[in-house]
Amino acid sequence: MKHIATFLVLFVIYGLLTNFVIDELLIGALVSLVLTIFIAKYTNYSIDYKLPIRLAVFLFAYLPVFFGQLVLANLDVAKRVLSPKIPLNPGFIKVKTDLKGDFAKLTLANSITLTPGTLSVDIDGDYLYIHTIDVKENDPAKFRQQFTQLFEKILGVVFND
Amino acid sequence: MAIISQIFLLLGAVFYLLGGLGILRMPDTFDRIQAGTKATTLGAFSILLGVGFAQPGWLLKIVLIIIFIAISNPIGSSVIAKATYKSYEKPTNLKRDDIKELFGGEINE
Repeated sequence: MKHIATFLVLFVIYGLLTNFVIDELLIGALVSLVLTIFIAKYTNYSIDYKLPIRLAVFLFAYLPVFFGQLVLANLDVAKRVLSPKIPLNPGFIKVKTDLKGDFAKLTLANSITLTPGTLSVDIDGDYLYIHTIDVKENDPAKFRQQFTQLFEKILGVVFND
Repeated sequence: MAIISQIFLLLGAVFYLLGGLGILRMPDTFDRIQAGTKATTLGAFSILLGVGFAQPGWLLKIVLIIIFIAISNPIGSSVIAKATYKSYEKPTNLKRDDIKELFGGEINE
């Protein structure tokens, strides 16, 4: 099962990079097959009956939220950069996450980096360390709700945690 | 189609400009990384989409490039931020610092 998933990922990437000509796709299948044999033991993809639901959640819940937050983050940067005296209130904070898988945590950290005013610096076990440009309330209990809850709920479904 | 492409190219250029301004104007490294990451990510997306609309045959490849940028750009900035925290003086205007406990207070003490 792991081999099939790895093969599909490699083959789809190869397919996107080439034009859809039958010769190229055949070569791509061959190359993907050989690569799969070597790298399958390092990968961690899983396919199960929930995959369509997870894919749909990813496409229709995660991506719109992600791009919305990315645009908001840029407007936030624009607002700060263009104001005469830059409003800053920085700090490093620690937030607990419930996500278990490595890939889920990575995606959460990446999403947080691209949301307004935050930058994930490190992950240690269940804790994310975040640099934020604006510490609104100095209350650890509220950090989670303020910074990570939005993505955590969606990614919990996408990555099956 | 040409007009959509030009709008995206212009937007991308504006975001890059704002990112550059942010890197110039922000007072310390972490804020600079923040401004830089966000602006370059969206700027790169916009410019790539602009190119994609100008050459519709390239759209699939461009989607792939966008996926790779979306994965690699934030990782890069996180690593730079972590290395900066470990190696250099911390900014003095911090309201709160939870990372200190992670490195056991042995860095820069």
